[in-house]
Amino acid sequence: MTISAERPTEVAASSVSPPAQSGGTSWTQRPGWLSQHAGTAIILAILGYLLGHWMGNAISGNYDYIANSGQNAIADTFGLSFGVLGWLLGIGALNYPLAKLVGKEAAHEETVEGWSKYFRYSLDHKVVGLQYVVGVLLFMFTGGLLAMAIRTELLSPTTHVFSPDTYIKIVSEHGTIMMMMATSIIVGPLGNYLVPLMIGARRMAFPRIEAFSFWIFVAGYGVIFSALPYGGFPTGWTGYAPLQTQAGPGMVSYLLGFAVIGMGMMAAGFNIAVTIINYRAPGMTWSRVPIFVWSILATAALLTLATPVLFAGGLFGLLDKTAQTAFYVTEHGGSSYLWQNLFWFFGHPEVYIMALPGFGIVGEIMPVFTRKPLFAYKVAAAGMIGVALLSFFVWQHHLFQSGINPDMRPLFMLTTELISIPTGFIYLVGMGTLYKAKIRFEVPMLFCMALFFNFLIGGVTGVFLSDVPVNVTVHGGFFVLSHFHYTIMGGLLFAFMAGLYFWLPKMTGKMMNKKLGLVHFWTMFVFFNLTFFPMFVIGLLGQPRRVFTYAKNLQGLNDFSSMMAFCLGLSFLIFFANLMWSMFISPVKAPANPWESLGLEWQTASPIPAHNFERIPVILTDPYHYSEVGAPALADFGDGGLVSSNSTTGSSPA
Amino acid sequence: MSSENSMKNETNHLRKMTTIWVILSLAADLLFWFWVGPHVPPGTMTSTAKSNQFDFTFLVLFALPVLIGVWVYLGYAIVTWSAKRDNVPEPIGGEVARSNRKAQVSWITITSIVVLFLAGFGTVAVINDHGSGGGEGPNPIWNPGGASKAEAAALTSNASWSPNSNQVLPVQVIAQQWKFTYRYPTFGGFESSELILPVGTTVAFNVTSLDVIHSFWAYQLSVKADANPQVNDVAYTDTKQLGNFTVRCSELCGLWHGSMFNYGKVVSQSDFMNWAKTTESANAANTANLPPFAWTYVPDANGAAGGYYPDGTVTPYSTVEVYGSKQPAS
Ligand code: HEM
Ligand SMILES: [Cu+2]
Ligand SMILES: [Cu+2]
Repeated sequence: MTISAERPTEVAASSVSPPAQSGGTSWTQRPGWLSQHAGTAIILAILGYLLGHWMGNAISGNYDYIANSGQNAIADTFGLSFGVLGWLLGIGALNYPLAKLVGKEAAHEETVEGWSKYFRYSLDHKVVGLQYVVGVLLFMFTGGLLAMAIRTELLSPTTHVFSPDTYIKIVSEHGTIMMMMATSIIVGPLGNYLVPLMIGARRMAFPRIEAFSFWIFVAGYGVIFSALPYGGFPTGWTGYAPLQTQAGPGMVSYLLGFAVIGMGMMAAGFNIAVTIINYRAPGMTWSRVPIFVWSILATAALLTLATPVLFAGGLFGLLDKTAQTAFYVTEHGGSSYLWQNLFWFFGHPEVYIMALPGFGIVGEIMPVFTRKPLFAYKVAAAGMIGVALLSFFVWQHHLFQSGINPDMRPLFMLTTELISIPTGFIYLVGMGTLYKAKIRFEVPMLFCMALFFNFLIGGVTGVFLSDVPVNVTVHGGFFVLSHFHYTIMGGLLFAFMAGLYFWLPKMTGKMMNKKLGLVHFWTMFVFFNLTFFPMFVIGLLGQPRRVFTYAKNLQGLNDFSSMMAFCLGLSFLIFFANLMWSMFISPVKAPANPWESLGLEWQTASPIPAHNFERIPVILTDPYHYSEVGAPALADFGDGGLVSSNSTTGSSPA
Repeated sequence: MSSENSMKNETNHLRKMTTIWVILSLAADLLFWFWVGPHVPPGTMTSTAKSNQFDFTFLVLFALPVLIGVWVYLGYAIVTWSAKRDNVPEPIGGEVARSNRKAQVSWITITSIVVLFLAGFGTVAVINDHGSGGGEGPNPIWNPGGASKAEAAALTSNASWSPNSNQVLPVQVIAQQWKFTYRYPTFGGFESSELILPVGTTVAFNVTSLDVIHSFWAYQLSVKADANPQVNDVAYTDTKQLGNFTVRCSELCGLWHGSMFNYGKVVSQSDFMNWAKTTESANAANTANLPPFAWTYVPDANGAAGGYYPDGTVTPYSTVEVYGSKQPAS
């Protein structure tokens, strides 16, 4: 078969270097002191904070809005905003737009080599992907420590480790950090790293926006963390007004934190969606796009469309706190319902932002370990689109008892239960793929199987929650808490782990240790279930969420859950140990295609060249021709050889 | 392997799984229904508790077969199709493995039917049980007979309730950081920190807040309604049994949210009448200092929630109607 004739000539021209630009070398890439990197970003962030804080105090005089805090909300807002600006300036995110703004040609950005590139404003999606891995793990570790603190306090209803004030800060900070982390945990690291490789592109559509999305994500971490030295915020991750309006200066960090993280979410979503739509290699038709890419596309759509609502909601809250507007102040003509509506209008699409990438990962990994094509590919893709669309029409199921639009409860009950139909497709797909397979239980596969186990419990309890009569008992209690930990931690986080064990060998060239991986998997699976399953019972027995004392008869269950939570914490330490061991202490070189995947990302050279593909491949079919005799080749790389999936074992090209 | 053979093999796998599934599901459902069902929270103290308990149990009857179905399948797959076993045949790729019309269509049909049925079931329950004990906002449309009359009367000075009259009893729940208090408009509008209710009576809870959002959760009564400032959130239930119940705040409301609970009692109608009359006269001096009974109250200009709260019908701020705070039609 000769296809080279069909190859578009422009891409065949082997130009690996990007189009040259004039204007000298960018500051971000200069060596030594004269360059921009995380260090300069930190310095400018601190300077920006001090400047902003001073300015805020200067313009607002001795006017002090926040009762009893000795803090000025305007100064806090300005300080943090200028801090973020300084951070962006310091890392070099603004060089390009500023140069363009004054009509100059922007500087030429070349990738520096070596370790230091990970601390710079890199335009290489592979660098950004790895930066994100470290970023989300930092979030996860911080949030996890806070979770341990929560379970420590709940060991006893009467003996307290923390004051109620500290406790509520911890709970709120835990929830917010984890939600922010979960939003990016797969889209950030794996989405950025893998999407161009999977669709046969050399880069993202907007590499600067991509880099921006990462560095502002880190800034968001700083902002939300600044709540602690400011005295924390008491509202949980949901930030309900008027408690929000009443709260101290830590609330500014929450509102601004979500706005800053929100900018990153919008940027990432927009960039990824455009990339997937426009940067697919020739021949990569919609029916050949890997299922992971479909899931990331659906997620990117949600990120772009839902986040602006959160962003606006957060700004309204900030205005209420600083400029004395009354968006959420009922006495002055605003409404506390407005925040609830805005927050959940974003919040429900958000929960699917935290589910869809997980579905994509299991869809992508299962065929590799079952040696079978993905079952019902079209249903899977349609399901993801369906979930994404429907997720905009269910938000009031969080407000069934609030008195908002009470007559609409049957409608929201219906839409919520409808969404479990497309959600359920992932089970059809998974079970169909397992059917008469030859399953290899490698670590990534185990995490995938665990997702099916955990998410089932999460989804089924979701249907309980959406039943209004049952919701009367379970709303606002530990049952809800357990429901979303089963979906987010049991689903998304398990999928993330599957993804890391699966793709890290490609991303870093090093294998994760299998023995430690198995210990990590089994401890995480067992202790996750033992920690969270009792919480369904605790909730049914009447324990509300976010409490620091509880009924005495529930101590046994709470103690059990706490003990298991500590073991779950240990399991994460095993994961970190494995990561350190396999990546730094005793690395083992990974084979080019250790799992014998047919995916396009595995067909690139190892390590992946700066521009991914020597020539843009021409895609000839989808990547799921496992165990198919006489299967067509996946792609033409223009190097004379055709990638063949033409064997029962589905081995990769030599 | 001939195609006939593989067909047989196919039905074999499916038959085995189905058999295991049916047996386990039946056993689990029966066990749950008879053994756990009667103990399912929130018990049977009120009409809403009873029907919400039934709803939960009913959903479990669907949930268990779903859970067991997937688990049986996964377990079966792990055992029979593991690459570790010898004699596991090589999988077959290609079109046959990529889709199966019958499987897909029946999956989608079955899940859709179940889901639509459950949504319908829930809707019927909410409407029949007058909101199932959940907060129905200021203008409930699914209200029990006599409720609108009693609610309208509550705002007038001749509101009354007497035993054996089958009247709806309006009770106001006022939440503030961090306690609940209760006003009884049919007894001169006195305020109490105890929630005492007569048995065999339809109660209309009118829930409001003086500061942030709280949620009034009377656990054993199966009543839950958010308390929003300047909103009257109404929930109904019929008391069926005597006994104590717990009230907890179930919406995060700040520092002492976890300690925002108290206890209530369902007593006989004559005991209730005695208690109400006694408390009304004992509290008369206090009641005179309270603002006139209203559905919502605005904190005074100093924002002193928990202290004095002026009448919501003549507020210092809002002469206009505020989003979400419509009063029940009278
Ligand atoms: C089968 C699909 C699902 C259904 C029917 C469902 C239903 C519900 C309902 C009705 C609630 C409101 C409970 C209440 O507060 O009274 C809820 C809460 C929640 N769900 Fe789900 N859910 C589903 C899937 C998911 C998924 C996939 C995620 C995330 C990955 C998720 C995350 C959450 C979160 C975070 C909350 C609680 C937020 C909070 O109050 O802090 N759910 N779910
Ligand atoms: Cu939701
Ligand atoms: Cu409260």
